[in-house]
Amino acid sequence: MKYLCLIYTDETLRQNMPKTEMEKIVAEYFAFGDGIKKSGHYVGGNALQPTHTATTVRVRNGKISTTDGPFAETKEQLGGYYLIDARDLNDAIQVAGRIPGARLGSVEVRPIMEFERP
Amino acid sequence: MVSEEAAERVRGMVDAVYRAESRRVLATLIRLLGDFDLAEEALHEAFTAAVERWPAAGIPANPRAWLVSTGRFKAIDQLRRRARFDASLQSLADRLGDGVTAAPDVDDEGVEDDRLRLIFTCCHPALPSDARAALTLREVCGLTTEEIARAFLTAPPTLAQRIVRAKGKIRDAGIPYQVPGRTDLPERLDTVLQVVYLVFNEGYSASAGAAVTRPDLSAEAIRLGRLLVELLPDPEVLGLLALMLLHDARRAARTSSDGELVLLDDQERSLWDRGQIAEGVALVERALAARRVGPYVLQAAIAAVHAEAATPAATDWAEIVGLYDVLLRLAPSPVVELNRAAAVAMRDGPEAGLAAVDAILARGELGEYHLAHSARGELLRRLGRRDESIAAYRRALALASQEPERRLLEKRLHGL
Repeated sequence: MKYLCLIYTDETLRQNMPKTEMEKIVAEYFAFGDGIKKSGHYVGGNALQPTHTATTVRVRNGKISTTDGPFAETKEQLGGYYLIDARDLNDAIQVAGRIPGARLGSVEVRPIMEFERP
Repeated sequence: MVSEEAAERVRGMVDAVYRAESRRVLATLIRLLGDFDLAEEALHEAFTAAVERWPAAGIPANPRAWLVSTGRFKAIDQLRRRARFDASLQSLADRLGDGVTAAPDVDDEGVEDDRLRLIFTCCHPALPSDARAALTLREVCGLTTEEIARAFLTAPPTLAQRIVRAKGKIRDAGIPYQVPGRTDLPERLDTVLQVVYLVFNEGYSASAGAAVTRPDLSAEAIRLGRLLVELLPDPEVLGLLALMLLHDARRAARTSSDGELVLLDDQERSLWDRGQIAEGVALVERALAARRVGPYVLQAAIAAVHAEAATPAATDWAEIVGLYDVLLRLAPSPVVELNRAAAVAMRDGPEAGLAAVDAILARGELGEYHLAHSARGELLRRLGRRDESIAAYRRALALASQEPERRLLEKRLHGL
C-alpha cells in the first residue's frame, strides 16, 4: 500500500536554527532518504519552501481567485512529504517514526486512495 | 428421516457450539478473508449451514474446522457471484480461492493467535479511543451493537456508526491483522490494557443512570482479562486482571441497600467476594515473581493489601505507602500522590496526611478535583478543626458532579 507521510513542523524553528544544527538535520534527512531507498519503501518525497511562499487558489462561479499564504493558521506547518510503499499501516508507522521531522514536530500518515478510471 | 427430537437436540448443540466457538471462528475467518464484514457474513452463513446439515449428517468431529472452511467457501462463492456484476471482485475471489482445497490453518495454536490478532487490531492506536472499546466488545466479545450502546449510554445509531467507521479505517488505512513484534509490543499492549480497563471502569463507576446494566460491562472486561492472561501472560496483563478482580470483589459492599456509595473504610467486609480476592492475590503474587513490575501490578498489589486486611485498622499502611512510592516513581500522577497522602495519614496520623495533601494542593494541580478537598475535609475533621473541615467539604461538594458522590459529601457535611 502507498502512504503519504506529511511532515508538520514549526517553521519558525527552522528560520531561527543555528547553521550547524540545520546541517545536522539535513544530514539526517539524507541518511533517512538513503535508508528508505535501500529498503524499498521510497516512492517520492520533497521538502517545501516556507508557507509565506504559498499561494492559495480557488475557483468560484467559474472565476479564479488567488490569496496569499496557507489556508489556515496553525502552530505547525506542512514542510515536506514522503510518498512511501509499505506493507501495511504498522510498517508505514515504523518508517514515519524514523523521519527526523517526527522528533521536531509530527508526521501525518495518510493512505493513498486508489481509483478505477470510470 | 431425522426425528424431530434428534433435530431439536442438534439445534441445541449448534447453539452451544455458537457460544463456545463463534468468536474463534470469526477471528480465523477475518485472517483468511482479510475483511471484517465479509468474515461476519461468512460466520453467519456457516452457522446457517450447520443448522441445515448437522441434523442429518451429524456433528462433525471438529466443528470449529468445519465452520471455518464452510464459512470460507461461502464467502468465496459469494464474491464470485458478485464478481459477475463487479469485475474488480474477481481477482479477490481468485486470490482467496487459491489453495482453498488445502485445509485452512485451524490448529489450536493458530486459532489462539487469531484471537490475539483480533484484539490487537481492534485496539490499534490508529483508531479513535472510543471506537476501540466498542469494536473490541463487538468483535472479540460478541456483544450486539444495542448492548454496547446501552452500556455506554449512547444511542445505537451513533455507536453503530462508530463501529462502521473503525472497520472502514482498518480496511482503508491498511491496519494489519497481526500481533505486534517485540519492539512495538509493550506500547501496543498498553493500548489493549487501557481498553480493557476502560471497559471495566465504565461498568464499575457508580455514576447515576442505567447503573443496573453496567456490572455486565465489568464482567465482560474480566472475561477479556482472562482471555489475555491465557494468550499473553505478561506481568502487566496478570496485574490488570488481578486489579479488576480485587475491585470487583468489593462490588456488593460498595453500595448500601438504598443505592448509596459506601467508602472502603465503612464497607461491610463480610460482603467481599473471598474467592475472587484469593484469585486476585494469587495473580499479584505470580506477577510480582516476574520481577518486572508495572503500574497495573502495583495498583493490584495495593488493592490486595486492602483486601487481605480484616479491618481498616488492621491494614498494613506502611506496605501501602511503600507500594505508592514505587508507583509514583514509575508513573508520576497527582491523583496517585493524593492516594498516597491518604495512606500516610493512616500510617503516621492525620497531621502528616494533611501536610501531604496541602503540599499537592499548593502546587495547584488538583485545585479543581473534588476528592482532594474531601480528603482534606476528612483529615481536618479527624484533627477536630471543624470550621475548616466544613469549608473543605463545601468546596468538594461544589466541584463534585456525580449524584452518589454528592449525596455522600452532603451526609458528611451533615454529620459535622
